[in-house]
Amino acid sequence: MTGAQKLYLPEVLKGLAVTMGHALKNLLNPKGMPVISFPEEKKDLPPTTRGRHRLMKREDETPRCTACMLCATACPAECIHILAAESADPDVEKVPQKFDIDMLRCVFCGFCVDACPLDAIRMDVPEIDLAGYTRESLVYGKEFLMNHDNKDIVANYNPPRPVVWTHGPHAKP
Amino acid sequence: MDSQTFTLINITAMTVVMWLTPLQFIPFFIWLERKGSAIIQDRLGPNRAEIFGIRLFGLIHNFADVVKLLMKENITPSSANAFYYLLAPFWAMTVSLLPLLVVPLAAPIDIAGHTVRFQAANFGVGILYVLSITSMGVFGVILAGWASNNKFSLLGGLRSSAQMISYELSMGLAVVGLLMVYQGVKVDGIVESQGSLLTFNGHTLPLPNWGIFLQPVGFFLFLVASFAETNRNPFDLAEGESELVAGYHIEYSSVKFALFFMAEYSNMVVSAFLVSTLFLGGYQVPFASTETLVQKPQVTLFILCFMGITWGLAVGYLLYIYAQQQKPLYSGMKRWEPFILSGAGLGLAVGSLAILAFSSAITFPPWAPAVLAALLQMICLLTKVVFFCWLFVWVRWTMPRFRYDQLMNLGWKLMLPVALLNLLVTGVVLLIQK
Repeated sequence: MTGAQKLYLPEVLKGLAVTMGHALKNLLNPKGMPVISFPEEKKDLPPTTRGRHRLMKREDETPRCTACMLCATACPAECIHILAAESADPDVEKVPQKFDIDMLRCVFCGFCVDACPLDAIRMDVPEIDLAGYTRESLVYGKEFLMNHDNKDIVANYNPPRPVVWTHGPHAKP
Repeated sequence: MDSQTFTLINITAMTVVMWLTPLQFIPFFIWLERKGSAIIQDRLGPNRAEIFGIRLFGLIHNFADVVKLLMKENITPSSANAFYYLLAPFWAMTVSLLPLLVVPLAAPIDIAGHTVRFQAANFGVGILYVLSITSMGVFGVILAGWASNNKFSLLGGLRSSAQMISYELSMGLAVVGLLMVYQGVKVDGIVESQGSLLTFNGHTLPLPNWGIFLQPVGFFLFLVASFAETNRNPFDLAEGESELVAGYHIEYSSVKFALFFMAEYSNMVVSAFLVSTLFLGGYQVPFASTETLVQKPQVTLFILCFMGITWGLAVGYLLYIYAQQQKPLYSGMKRWEPFILSGAGLGLAVGSLAILAFSSAITFPPWAPAVLAALLQMICLLTKVVFFCWLFVWVRWTMPRFRYDQLMNLGWKLMLPVALLNLLVTGVVLLIQK
């Protein structure tokens, strides 16, 4: 340190000038602050945001999921709880009777999406303000995950990917 | 009512007032800290807590804090020394409320044959009382650090006590220079002698006779030492979060933590009062002595109205800009509250202007000049105090924390020699002047 710096005071005054400049600028022009008042104002999320899960549907509104348990197996946080039931459709072996995702355990790694062979689960709902007053309210069930009705959200969805069946009864040559 | 009873009532009332003053400043100071740090860091700061949509720019957050702190679990660690552990926060808070008793809020005034004093205790020891009480504040920190039976709090307490003891020397020596200049230790005497104009070598300079002009070095030493005494950034090693978690109050929760927190802010309020009383003329209005104010109520009224106009306009304008920014986000009371408060600021300005316009037509009742003068002097002192409160906030959000060796070097190798040199120079100049 040079002699003037050892006295501290000149450098302190320089620093004080910087912070006072910021304070005055923000007092006189609050609109210029790089601030988003979150619950009232929301940032536009990019279309590829990894948000919370949703369950995809077939054309007849039944879930694509066949309760194969691959997502639950891949999940490192063990947050997916599936209970399988027999399907009414003779071409499909099983459907999930219960498909719960415990959002309090989920680590948003996306392994379930990678694991799914039927593209039945996606993490593309751009909701990042997941919060609730009880633990139970954050365990999302099948009906909630299959509900795609929220128009604001749907506008931001990933463009739907065409499903190409490579094997099984729905496979197209 | 005989004069003795009157004096007794007067002293009792002023004791309560001076005891409540720091307590009332604490919520304001916490708000200033939060809002000040926010605008320095390009943020909006707290603005969520509300009562029926009234948010007062984050002041309501203090109510939320109180409720939160009261409802938290009040823990006493099983390995702590329970008596000293409990004593520490009460000690810290009590000691921090005492020094203001000797600070005068305004010059004494005569009403209906009685002398009303705005000072709770006019001890003969004056400023020495303040120094001795503030030096007892270190016991709260040491007790908390040691009785918690926690290595982090012990280290925090040790650092804090070493720091406070080192900086008390420079603080005391800075005050000694002031006592040499004003030839007395009584606080009211010091403030009274700051009311005239600065006279040096027979020439009267156009400057008030304030400590900051007579003892500029002493002022800086006292200011820096008071930052260190209150454990405030850049000297807040006692609670260096990065290495000591929270310092001496790690093990304290709930109301006991609140007491430490409040004691810290109360200490800063006391420091702000002391710096403004000793070095910035206390209640003295610059260029207007107490006699002028009492004899010419028109002057007092003019200054009061002038302050009302400028502050009303400034506050109204700033709040209006803020209200514009907030308007699209909210509805109902939340939307209009900033506009209403901005209108109140403008109303203050307009009202002051109206009083100023008709001031020549006002005939003052016999008690009015003295009361107006006291009011103006109180506002003047509080303005200085608020400025120093802001300085505490401003410095905290500007400076990084000192390293421990830098702290000790600054205290012992720079500030102590400078303080001694200041005494020498002051003494020589005083001798030459005689």
